[in-house]
Amino acid sequence: MKNNYDILIIGGGPAGALAAKTAAEAGNTVCLIEKRAAIGTPVRCAEGIGKELLKEFIKPDPRWIAADIERARIISPNGTAISLEQDRAGNEVGYVLDRKIFDRELVWQAAEAGADVIVKTRATAPIMENGAVRGAKVLSVGIPADIRAEVVIAADGTEAQFARRAGLDTVVPLREMMSCAQYLMTDIDIDAGSTDFYLGNEIAPEGYLWVFPKGNRTANVGIGISGRKSRDGSRAKDYLDRFVAKNFPNGKTIEAIAGGVPVCRPLACTVADGLMVAGDAARVVDPITGGGIGNAMYTGRLAAQVASKCIAAGDCSKEALMPYDAEWRASKMGTVLERNYKVKEYFVTLDDAKLNTLAESIAQSSLKEFSVLGLIKELIKRNPKLLLELKALKDTLS
Amino acid sequence: MLRINRDKCGYCGTCVAVCPEDALELIDVYLSLERECIACGICARACPLGALEVIHEE
Repeated sequence: MKNNYDILIIGGGPAGALAAKTAAEAGNTVCLIEKRAAIGTPVRCAEGIGKELLKEFIKPDPRWIAADIERARIISPNGTAISLEQDRAGNEVGYVLDRKIFDRELVWQAAEAGADVIVKTRATAPIMENGAVRGAKVLSVGIPADIRAEVVIAADGTEAQFARRAGLDTVVPLREMMSCAQYLMTDIDIDAGSTDFYLGNEIAPEGYLWVFPKGNRTANVGIGISGRKSRDGSRAKDYLDRFVAKNFPNGKTIEAIAGGVPVCRPLACTVADGLMVAGDAARVVDPITGGGIGNAMYTGRLAAQVASKCIAAGDCSKEALMPYDAEWRASKMGTVLERNYKVKEYFVTLDDAKLNTLAESIAQSSLKEFSVLGLIKELIKRNPKLLLELKALKDTLS
Repeated sequence: MLRINRDKCGYCGTCVAVCPEDALELIDVYLSLERECIACGICARACPLGALEVIHEE
C-alpha cells in the first residue's frame, strides 16, 4: 500500500466510485478504501433509479439491471391506486438495479481508470494538520497505516463518521432518519413491471412501503418509517412483517437487510480544509423518495472535478473547494432537494383520511408529468377546497 | 448503559448516524460501543430491528 496520494476516497459506493474514476481520469493519483471485504455487499438499498438519471453516468447494462419498469403505482391507505405509466413517468420509474454487480462495475471502472482500490480497510481518524485534513489513519486488514492526501473525499454513506471526526456536524435528527427494513422475496404474486408505493400511517408512518420487482415473482419488499415513530413492537421490521403476512403469506425471503435513510436537509457545508463530503454522507438523499444513487454519483463526480482543479492550482483550502458546495446547491439536484424537503415536511402532517382524499382526487387523472412536481400541481388543481391547506405545498413551487 | 443484541443487529449503521455523541462505530459487520454513551436512547428508537436497549441502572 502506498502512503501518499493526491486524493483519498473513503467508501466504495456510487459516490466514492464516481469520485475515484473521475479523479483518476483527470490524472491524479487516487486511492479508494472500502471498509467491507467486498464492494457492493451487503446491499442496503431498494435499488431503484430513474432511467435518464442513470444514463448521465453509465450506459445501462443487462448484467446489473434486474428489472425494467413500465409504471409506478401509489397506493393510498384505503387502496386507491394512482397509476403512472412510463410515457409520463419521468424520473420516478426506471430500473431496479442489482447493486451487488452495479457497485462492483462502478469501482471496476475506477480501477481501470487508474485508481488504487483497497478493501477491508477503514478510516479510523482523519490526519489533521493546522485544522486541515491531510489524509486518514486507517486499519487495513487489521494493520494500522497512515494514508496522506491533498484532498480526502468522504463518501462513507449514511453512518458517515469521517467528516464528523474532522469537525463537521453530520448527526441526523431522529425524526428525519427513515428507519428501514427490506426483504428480497421470491415466489410472490406481483406486477413485474410496476414499482408500488404504499402510503398510510397504519402501513408506514411518515414514510412508505415499497414493492420493487427484481424479475418474475421476485421483488424488494421494504419499508421506511420515521425514527420518531419507531418503538418496541412498532419498528420498521414489525410493520414490514405485518404487510408481508397479509400480502405475501407464502413468499420466501432470501435476503433480509436493514438501514437508515436520512431525509433531512443536506449538510450545512460539504467542504472543509482538505475535505469534501459526497453522497449519503453529505445527506443528499431525496427526502420524498429516499432515492440517493443518482445524487451520490453526481456529487462524487463533481467533488473529484473540483478537487482536481484545486490540486492543480496547489490550493485545497475550504475556500478553494467551495465551488463544489456552491455548484451542487445551485444545480437541478440541489433545488429539487430543497423543494422536496418542503414537500416531505407537508406530507408527514397528513392523516390517512386526507391521504385518501388526495389520492381519490387524482386517481382518474391523466397526469401529463409523473414527477413530484407534476403530482403536486395536479393535487392543487384537483382540490380547490383544500387550497388554503395546500398553500404550504403551493409555496414550495415558487 | 447501552446493550447491543448482536443476534438482532443488522449492522446497518442507522444508530451510528443518529448518535449525538459519536459513541457507536460500525466496524465491518460488527457494531461496537467505542466512546462514552450518555444513554439518551436515540439509537434504540432509530434501530429498525430493535437490537439496542438502554438500561438505566438503579
